[in-house]
Amino acid sequence: MNNSTNKLSRHVTITNDLGLHARSAAKIANLVKNVKSNVWIVKDGKKADASSIIEILTLVCPKGSLITLTIDDQSDLGILNDLVQLIESGFGE
Amino acid sequence: MLSTNKSEIRLHGINVSPGICIGKAYLVGKEGVDVVDKYFITKDNLQNEIKRFKSAVKRAKDKLQEIIETTPEELRHHIHILETHKVLYKDKMLYGKAIETIEKELVNAEWALKKVVSNVKNMFRNMPDPYLQGRMSDIVHISESIMQNLVGAKTLDIGAIGKRVILVAVDLSPAETSQIQLEKIKGLITDLGGKTSHTGIIARSLEIPAVLGLEKATHLIKNDDIIIVDGTAGIVIVHPTDKTLIQFEERQSNYERHKAVITRNSHLPAKTTDGIKLEVMGNIELPEEVVSVIKYGGDGIGLYRTEFQYLSQNDFPDEHDLFDNYKDIVEVMAPLPVTIRTLDVSGDKMVSYASNLDEKNPVLGLRGIRYCLKNPDVFKTQLRALLRASAFGPIRILLPMISCHDEVLAAKKILNKAADSLDKEGILFNDHIEIGIMIEVPSAAIMADVMAKDVDFFSIGTNDLIQYSLAVDRVNRQVAHLYQPLNPAIIRMIKYVADIAKNNDVDVCICGEMASDPVNIPILLGLGISKLSMNPQSIPAIKKIIRSLDAKDAALFVKDVLKETSETGIMELLLGTYNSTLFELGYTEP
Repeated sequence: MNNSTNKLSRHVTITNDLGLHARSAAKIANLVKNVKSNVWIVKDGKKADASSIIEILTLVCPKGSLITLTIDDQSDLGILNDLVQLIESGFGE
Repeated sequence: MLSTNKSEIRLHGINVSPGICIGKAYLVGKEGVDVVDKYFITKDNLQNEIKRFKSAVKRAKDKLQEIIETTPEELRHHIHILETHKVLYKDKMLYGKAIETIEKELVNAEWALKKVVSNVKNMFRNMPDPYLQGRMSDIVHISESIMQNLVGAKTLDIGAIGKRVILVAVDLSPAETSQIQLEKIKGLITDLGGKTSHTGIIARSLEIPAVLGLEKATHLIKNDDIIIVDGTAGIVIVHPTDKTLIQFEERQSNYERHKAVITRNSHLPAKTTDGIKLEVMGNIELPEEVVSVIKYGGDGIGLYRTEFQYLSQNDFPDEHDLFDNYKDIVEVMAPLPVTIRTLDVSGDKMVSYASNLDEKNPVLGLRGIRYCLKNPDVFKTQLRALLRASAFGPIRILLPMISCHDEVLAAKKILNKAADSLDKEGILFNDHIEIGIMIEVPSAAIMADVMAKDVDFFSIGTNDLIQYSLAVDRVNRQVAHLYQPLNPAIIRMIKYVADIAKNNDVDVCICGEMASDPVNIPILLGLGISKLSMNPQSIPAIKKIIRSLDAKDAALFVKDVLKETSETGIMELLLGTYNSTLFELGYTEP
């Protein structure tokens, strides 16, 4: 859609007080468990696999961080949207 | 015990803790005492090994699920941590990477897991955020539970750990060293580390032979190899021949006998032949060590390093915990004095929650009093605890890493505030508590005359004073030979401080490793030092040598020493004059 490589991305701001800590990262990792291809979280040029709590934590995303979510396969679009919603809702915390 | 098929290898390292032990080697993974074996697997076994790993993860995860399900309602709010752990089990950085490592390196699952966890730990260690650093413990929990399941299948290995072994490691961190269980460990040897490293200090206080800085020990030694550790001479022998074994068994019993003789007289005062009495005190890090100081005839505690209480917890200890700890020590030692050094967070003893900085050069960085003055709340909490404990016995407060006069004034200001706050609350304390400073930064030594006006005592920390004066990192083997307690510059500096202390009626004590080496005692005595503090085990030997020296002779001897221009010259002079005394005590090579 936005480019020829069949990639899709969304920009999101972390709104929950604790940022992407272990619990929220676990929620993300759980959500992307069944994706067809990869889901990436990008911050300041650093990229983490959204299925790995450890990788997400190493990005260091406190409240207010601007991150980009990217999927490799269009069929994961539904999950991408769910993910945006999860983060924007502050992980229901 | 048959060693005929392998040839004997001798390794030379740094002798950090005396004594001799003979036993089986036990290799420790870089991360700690929970020992992990490494072995290679064949390609045919690869799938089995991966399956073994996967089923260990599954069992660990199932067990966790069981815990989650059986957690009572009122504790449900804790469960989210466990839910996170559950997801972590299959995290690709852990799970995926471990399987990948087994495949690529054809190593056993335990070793692969260990390696992967250690990588993850390193990633977290460098994080700026203390919360995230703390997540390391989640990963450690997970990996340990997998490890238990992996090892559990092989009960034979656990049986082997049950015997007393000799630890062989690349290096041990302070936290790891503090986990050493005496009933399982006879001795320890490492590739890195030096005489004044933390591992050495702990080994001496546990009285287990240790040789560090062996460089290649972990490469040359395998699990269950028979090794001899001679912590007195700094030698490690791998695959000893029968002849060597007999020779060292003899050496071992001689050493034990010698030690028993010295210890028997340890309660006699340290009085020179011409009647000058010295105070020989103990350095401690843990409250339990007070017992050793008493046992070895110490005249008090010359240095209580307070970092351990801060290192062993996830957060700063509160005033009450600190107070309890200090009070215990003072009550046990009373009426003998206890000198307590305030928090000295330093390069090799980093407290992760207390450090948000990535310092390129931590020994020249935010440590000791610098840290405390920047964090007055942390400092005040400790000072209040110290003041409160001072109501129960003779406590002296010692400030570390003082490099300028202003720091003394600033620290005293906070101390006064702490005292005022206790006063207002009607809590008792000794309002004449003695305050001293560590002389370990050369600038403090040079300014000693100014410092003397504001303090009651000096404590010369020779380890750091030597390191900073000679610009030598004592852990760096490339330059370790330049770390010389008997360098003329060091002797002059100690003389300068000791003379000023005398003229200003300020008490002075030597509390570095220098005080615990018998070779240095004639010089320290000759410089007019009358207080020494050292690891408790060294007290009997030092007292014994003091009893064989004459203070007037030593003073004359030092005049000659001060004319020497090199460490070698001083050493020659020393051995020329005192060789028979030192030799008789078994401290020089025959």
